[in-house]
Amino acid sequence: MATPAQRTRPIHLILAWGLVGIPFLYGVLQTLKNALKLFQ
Amino acid sequence: MSGLAFLDRERTVAGPGFSRWMVPPAALCIHLCIGQAYAFSVFNLPLTKLIGITHSDASDWKLTDVGWIFTLGIVFLGASAALLGRWVEEGGPRRAMFTAALCFGGGFLVSAAGVYAHSLGIILLGYGVIGGFGLGLGYISPVSTLIKWFPDRPGMATGMAIMGFGGGALIASPLSVWLLAKFSTPTHVGVAESFICLGVVYTCFMLMGAALVRVPAPGWRPAGWTPPAQATRLVTTADVYVYEALRTPQFWLIWWVLCLNVTAGIGVLGQASAMSQEMFPGKVTAVAAAGFVGLMSLFNMGGRFFWASISDLIGRKNTYFCFFVLGTILYSLVPSTGATGSVALFVVCFLIILSMYGGGFATVPAYLKDMFGTRYVGAIHGLLLTAWSVAGVLGPVLVNYIRQYQIDHGVPKAQAYNVTMYIMAGLLVIGFFCNLFVTAVHERHHMDRQVPERAVLAD
Repeated sequence: MATPAQRTRPIHLILAWGLVGIPFLYGVLQTLKNALKLFQ
Repeated sequence: MSGLAFLDRERTVAGPGFSRWMVPPAALCIHLCIGQAYAFSVFNLPLTKLIGITHSDASDWKLTDVGWIFTLGIVFLGASAALLGRWVEEGGPRRAMFTAALCFGGGFLVSAAGVYAHSLGIILLGYGVIGGFGLGLGYISPVSTLIKWFPDRPGMATGMAIMGFGGGALIASPLSVWLLAKFSTPTHVGVAESFICLGVVYTCFMLMGAALVRVPAPGWRPAGWTPPAQATRLVTTADVYVYEALRTPQFWLIWWVLCLNVTAGIGVLGQASAMSQEMFPGKVTAVAAAGFVGLMSLFNMGGRFFWASISDLIGRKNTYFCFFVLGTILYSLVPSTGATGSVALFVVCFLIILSMYGGGFATVPAYLKDMFGTRYVGAIHGLLLTAWSVAGVLGPVLVNYIRQYQIDHGVPKAQAYNVTMYIMAGLLVIGFFCNLFVTAVHERHHMDRQVPERAVLAD
């Protein structure tokens, strides 16, 4: 049984990817910041 | 139970117009959270100062005791992935993700109670056993769903999720440090409060993933994509039952492929900081070594997406050939980088090695899908994760014990890792041959050739 037809709108995709993308980018940037110490 | 009917597989079937690109964020909601496991060491030292606060008191736990929390978590990750794979496959991804959220988040809350009561047993039960179950269930829950949504790019899809597991540590590490600073006072170490915050946040985040996830309707396929009419030499269109896969040589060959690839990477991952400082005394400081470890984490994570995506183009077997050939060359080069004092070459060697370590994890679900079909790929992947548990013991033991043996026998610290590097290269040569012997699974193992009872059971 399929769930009621629910067309994915661009805003759904932006919200879903933002939900995971923002913390992910935060983690990557924090790590890069620490990694730069290698070159100092 | 009717109250939990929304967890049923039938209730997660996507309606028309649903975009498959909503599914990777659902998977990432789970993997970004459970990836916290790699950052658990942030809590190790504070856990040894719960009574002494600024120092370890006689009645505080030892670091070796605290180390068992992470170890038990990984053991239960492997055990639950292996034992509950079929339950995950047959009940659908939402039920598995929901259960994983409750176990992983609940594990933190139980552990917080353990910190308040100063009972290591309760923490082991909380993070180690209950949280470990959440780790295993969460790790395998989105795999087969992603493969079904992305039959045209299964490597990329699963690579994206498993990249999240690597990325989870990058988020958890600064977050945990921040929480500890927030809740610690001169008379109190804020571990319990940090556990409560992490438990609540991770449960909510993982439940969002469970709410987002959908499975494709039967017969759905991506627009403009037609499945290959016939199976190719190494990509089957048939399915193999989960426990039948254990009877095939292909399962065990891929088990060794994963185990050897992980063994080679996991040992240096844990020793990277010390190794870089010992191999280049005076050249690599402790701060620089910490930066090197951070870079390695990024390449470990990026390699998961990169190599798994590449495998969609060149095939899984060829991707693992790249790992084993390139890995052997790079490991053999490492001793000469120490001898010539070339820090840059040393860093480049290990960054590529770590990208292939992550790539090995991320490419294996698609390799299993090629060999055993999509029906039970998540469950078979769960069984294969036992290779990770074995490698988790083998890798560090090889690196640490051989180094100590060398030092005890008068080898200078700067050269104490050379033998280990050659042994790692040797392991990768064995992995090369295991991969070489992987051929298509014999038709007698396919589900449509099995006895009727099994076909019914599998439905």
